[in-house]
Amino acid sequence: MTGRARLVLAALMSHWRRRPLQLAMLLAGIMLATALWSGVQAVNAEARASYAEAADRLGTGTLDRLEPAPGAVLTTADFVALRRAGWIVSPLVEGRLRAGEGRVALLGIEPATRVALGPAEGGAVAEGDLLAFITPPGLGFADAEVIRELEGADLGGLTVAPREGLPPDTLVVDVGIAQRLLNLGERLTALVVAPEQPPGLAPLEQVAPHLLRKAPQDRADPEALTGSFHLNLTAFALLSFIVGLFITQSAVGLAFEQRRQVVRTLRALGVPLAEVLGVMAAELAILALVAGLAGILLGWAVAAALMPGVAATLSGLYGAEVSGALALRPVWVLSGLGMALAGAGLAGARGLLRTARMPLLAAGQARPWAVAAARGLRRQVLGAGALALALPLCLAWGGLVGGFAALACGLLAAALLLPVVLDAGLRWLAGRVRGVLAQWFVADTRQQSGGLSLALMALMLALAANIGVGTMVGSFRSTFLGWLDQRLVAELYVNARTEPEARAIRDWLAPQVDAILPIWSAEVPLRGQPGRVFGVVDHPTYRDHWPILRARPGAWNEVARGTGVLVNEQLFRRAGLSLGDSLDLPGGALPVVGVYSDYGNPSPQAIIGQDLFDARFPEAPRLNQAVRVDPDRAAALAEALRDRFDLPGSAVTDQAQVKAVSLRIFERTFSVTAALNVLTLGVAGIALLTGLLTLASMRLPQLAPVWAAGLTRRRLARLELARTLALAAATALYAVPVGLGLAWMLLAVINVEAFGWRLPMQISPELIARLGVAALATALAAGALPALRLARITPSQLLRVFADER
Amino acid sequence: MSSGKAEVVSARGIVKAFPSAAGPVAVLNGVDLALRGGESLAVTGESGSGKSTLLHLIGGLDVTDGGALAVLGTDLRTADDRARAALRRERIGMIFQQFNLIPSLTVAANLAFQARLAGRHDPARVAALAGALGLSQLMGRYPEQLSGGQQQRVAIGRALAGQPPLVLADEPTGNLDEATGDAVAALMLDLVRQQDTTLVLVTHSLRLAALCDRQVHLHAGRLA
Ligand SMILES: Nc1ncnc2c1ncn2[C@@H]1O[C@H](COP(=O)(O)OP(=O)(O)OP(=O)(O)O)[C@@H](O)[C@H]1O
Ligand SMILES: [Mg+2]
Repeated sequence: MTGRARLVLAALMSHWRRRPLQLAMLLAGIMLATALWSGVQAVNAEARASYAEAADRLGTGTLDRLEPAPGAVLTTADFVALRRAGWIVSPLVEGRLRAGEGRVALLGIEPATRVALGPAEGGAVAEGDLLAFITPPGLGFADAEVIRELEGADLGGLTVAPREGLPPDTLVVDVGIAQRLLNLGERLTALVVAPEQPPGLAPLEQVAPHLLRKAPQDRADPEALTGSFHLNLTAFALLSFIVGLFITQSAVGLAFEQRRQVVRTLRALGVPLAEVLGVMAAELAILALVAGLAGILLGWAVAAALMPGVAATLSGLYGAEVSGALALRPVWVLSGLGMALAGAGLAGARGLLRTARMPLLAAGQARPWAVAAARGLRRQVLGAGALALALPLCLAWGGLVGGFAALACGLLAAALLLPVVLDAGLRWLAGRVRGVLAQWFVADTRQQSGGLSLALMALMLALAANIGVGTMVGSFRSTFLGWLDQRLVAELYVNARTEPEARAIRDWLAPQVDAILPIWSAEVPLRGQPGRVFGVVDHPTYRDHWPILRARPGAWNEVARGTGVLVNEQLFRRAGLSLGDSLDLPGGALPVVGVYSDYGNPSPQAIIGQDLFDARFPEAPRLNQAVRVDPDRAAALAEALRDRFDLPGSAVTDQAQVKAVSLRIFERTFSVTAALNVLTLGVAGIALLTGLLTLASMRLPQLAPVWAAGLTRRRLARLELARTLALAAATALYAVPVGLGLAWMLLAVINVEAFGWRLPMQISPELIARLGVAALATALAAGALPALRLARITPSQLLRVFADER
Repeated sequence: MSSGKAEVVSARGIVKAFPSAAGPVAVLNGVDLALRGGESLAVTGESGSGKSTLLHLIGGLDVTDGGALAVLGTDLRTADDRARAALRRERIGMIFQQFNLIPSLTVAANLAFQARLAGRHDPARVAALAGALGLSQLMGRYPEQLSGGQQQRVAIGRALAGQPPLVLADEPTGNLDEATGDAVAALMLDLVRQQDTTLVLVTHSLRLAALCDRQVHLHAGRLA
């Protein structure tokens, strides 16, 4: 930087020394926006990293897989061909192994190629064990429980060593050993694909056209609800960031506006325009970096404070392990700084452009306010119209990106229309109020609302985001709990470890309970996707309670007779089915007779009658059952079962307990959301305060004549506060339909795109009322300081207005 | 620091028009002007006659629509924004009707500002100027804490601190009462003469104009 540039920078920056509050607002805006963004990112990143770690312990959870297309087979030859073609893949065999009385999952891996897929798998097989692992009869790993089960089983001489941290109920062996144990010959289940592949690879269609590449979400995976939670948090973070941008926008815009004269002077004194612009951009970047760094630290602190709650939420609800400690990850530090810079750049772009276009010599009088404002409003209506037109296009485009784009269009259009609607309302009011003071008040409010429009838009977006996300979480909760009520009708759910144990449990239970309902299932491709088929017995438990969304009359009779199939909503929507369409199943197609909701599960599912299930899937493990019993006896019976069969606590689930846990978890989700709500509203409050303080200095010429005409300063201050409250209240009213629209988009568009199910929307008047109060409180807090200042202003300050008049 | 008797400002047939609702309105319509080093020139004329416009053109703040204009050897017809900025920065001191100080800088910083921009800052000279302008006691104040006359004295000091060969002053005392205005103007003329600086002074005051070496009157777009 040249000496001259430094001098110019110092002259521009000296502006802030005289206006520390404004600088604080600008920094706070960028900081809070970045904090919200990076805080949520931190929570999300941390939670994701924890699942990834858990799932990656064997390198299958988060990696893409190559699987044979329906009807095709995958063999070792395919693996060799792909490796020759340069693909970094590792073979996998999955199967079930009869072990004495029961079955365990068998997982065959190839340690040499597995290592290339990521660090987590390097430890799966220690180097010293490698030779024994891959050479027949081989070495297998399993936890102690599996080893006990495998005692006496014929494993062809395989040695099984204990190893912690493996998936439950699983024996891990070399892929060749697994092929031998399962009599698969050369066949493999899948190839795991490394995320980083060398450039210029021959495409899969060329090397192995009969294989399909599948992303992890395509497979059965318990993370769907978690994913939904993350997606919602991310949407919220984005909204918060937009709210933060509005503050930055108003503070930066103000700084540019106030320094127009200084810029003119600088140029008149011989500083080239390009240099002024460069220095202004540099100034903005410096401020953004400082505030962005502070924001990242704040976000980290917020995330760390929320993290135990979030960790509990996720692990409790979805069974995902999330470590409570938070690491400062470079990715989100960088993304936070990037957002801060991008946000400040976006906010400053307009100011820079206007500075560049500004004539060196003042072009006479500024346009009268009303003309300029009317032009601005017209432009906003046009912008809103364009966005409203783009919205259906985004929806038609489809996909998650289309959904989010539509969301952004809708919100921005609503924000742009807010000043127009407020202005129209005030114009309407102006024609109706009587009394000189009331008329002045309305006219003055109308003029004020122009200057406050950015802040009011920020408040509106913050409220709409809160209503939207709050409604979504609320709908999520009540729907999910209602669904649990239907789905978990039975009092107890008992999972046996082996089939003989399951039989013994059923025999023991039979005389003491009302009914025992098997929950047996088989993994089956459904419409080309890995899915699951359940068999159900004909019982009122299902007929009366199962969460059916739509069904043909007599659907349960058809299911019981084996002449119809029920499918879950995901399968129904994704495959574009209608009732009566036939669904291919192993052993023959059946007509779809009904659809049921199935939250928390992204993969397709179908239900057929128990007899048909037994006939078609004789190999399916018969381990789990639901038990109907007098609810008062459920807890005692669960205890007795655990004692009698020495079952682990988790093997017997008490439905009431599950619901209680779910409820508690949702409360935690709510508290995370509530914390974010408070932060977002705080951001909007600061935007409002910035706007008000800004206007306060410019408003003296408007207030001084009213003061001179005989209104006390206290009275003026009270009117100012009343005006702020009235504008906030009107904004809050406007935010309600916008927020509900946002909720609808999240529930009916984003969720369907992301997870395949749609949640019915449940509007909570209590939430809306609470947010309305919060909006007024925010406005009161933001309006108090400017009003107080006005009440305390000295007469000489007011008189200066007249002295300065030329 | 005399610039000799070379031509400092040389204008021939300058034309300048501004767009208006009813088409372009000619403000300057063939202005000729030649100014030697050390000369002081007073420009008078009715309000709206184009005095400020002429001064802005000479200062390179605006560009002519026609005619030839060279200032201190720089041909302003061909100079780009950067070159015009350099001319103002290095060689011209400007004093405006509205004081145009940087409100966030102190009197001291404002005084030294242009000299520092030009890389010719001399603290001793700034201190001497401040003394001569009666600003020594006010160096730590901000512009808004000064009276109009004090502010205009700061603006004069800023224009002269870098010892530019040409000073352009646009009604520097128009915002001041008569007595203060006369005092400030006299001070400015004094300082300009001491430095042997060329001065173009736009003023309504015939009394002030009489203090300059030459007087011209702008009427109907031409000098007389
Ligand atoms: N940027 C501009 N755009 C349009 N018209 C302009 C512009 N600047 C000046 N004018 C017009 O040019 C004419 C001359 O203006 P100028 O400011 O030079 O007058 P002046 O002689 O300095 O007047 P005063 O004594 O009032 O300062 C006026 O009619 C003015 O309206
Ligand atoms: Mg003028």
